Amino acid sequence: MARINDVGGTEGFGAVDITDDAEPFHADWEARVVGLLGALRAQGIFNTNEFRDAIESMPPREYLSASYYERWFEAICTLLERKGVIKPGELDELDG
Amino acid sequence: MSGDHSDATIARRVRRLETLLEDKGVLSGARLDEIIDASLTGASPANGARVVARAWTDADFRARLLADGTAAVRELGFMEGSYQRLRVVENTDTTHNVIVCTLCSCYPLRLLGPSPSWYKSEAYRSRVVREPRAVLAEFGLELPAGTEITVWDSSAETRYMVLPRRPEDTDDLGEEQLAALVTRNALIGTAAV
Repeated sequence: MARINDVGGTEGFGAVDITDDAEPFHADWEARVVGLLGALRAQGIFNTNEFRDAIESMPPREYLSASYYERWFEAICTLLERKGVIKPGELDELDG
Repeated sequence: MSGDHSDATIARRVRRLETLLEDKGVLSGARLDEIIDASLTGASPANGARVVARAWTDADFRARLLADGTAAVRELGFMEGSYQRLRVVENTDTTHNVIVCTLCSCYPLRLLGPSPSWYKSEAYRSRVVREPRAVLAEFGLELPAGTEITVWDSSAETRYMVLPRRPEDTDDLGEEQLAALVTRNALIGTAAV
């Protein structure tokens, strides 16, 4: 079965919002996510294919409700847990 | 997931992860700054426009560009060391090309600059392969019924760039002036020059 990211040809996504917003980042956290990805990949903690797979295997509801860089962040967290760099829930425990 | 996608929430989570990884000695904030800067250095639609203007004014270069885009843009100093392949697709008076990445967001960043949100949107990715003529009309590009449209779906290995048609009455323009006419959307294929 196709994964949720394989949207080519599917119907129901509505009109294209053609607003031209080619500034690289729309918030500082988006830039930090790009930095995190680059640093973790450079250190060999995971590679591009693993990263892409982590995005594409997101549950459809989460994938569709997340923005572009939110998907990147979720994928990074997933891989860091899978690789044992952080423990499940460790990110949430730091709260407060 | 909480379903709360407010910017403040995600910004806090990203900051927390960065702190956590710094505490574990996995990375440093300074390293992140370097990577962020490097990710943007030299990425601009002015680069793609330069390639187009050269192709419009140098028939031999144009032939090389269409035969092997990767090698031809390297002549101008672009995409050196890249493992990706570039294929340049040419618009004519009977054919129009447009690029997409249906699976995600692949795109020749160095030549086109940062991509707009719509390029990464589900609406564009899902629809441009099914009804390109209608999608192009939404961008204000109305093509004659007889024009054949080809949609190129990018992949991890191959990126595409459109070589737009040179506008009429530009014989007296030099390469630099011609390059100034070429927009990012013309290089994607959602606009003409």
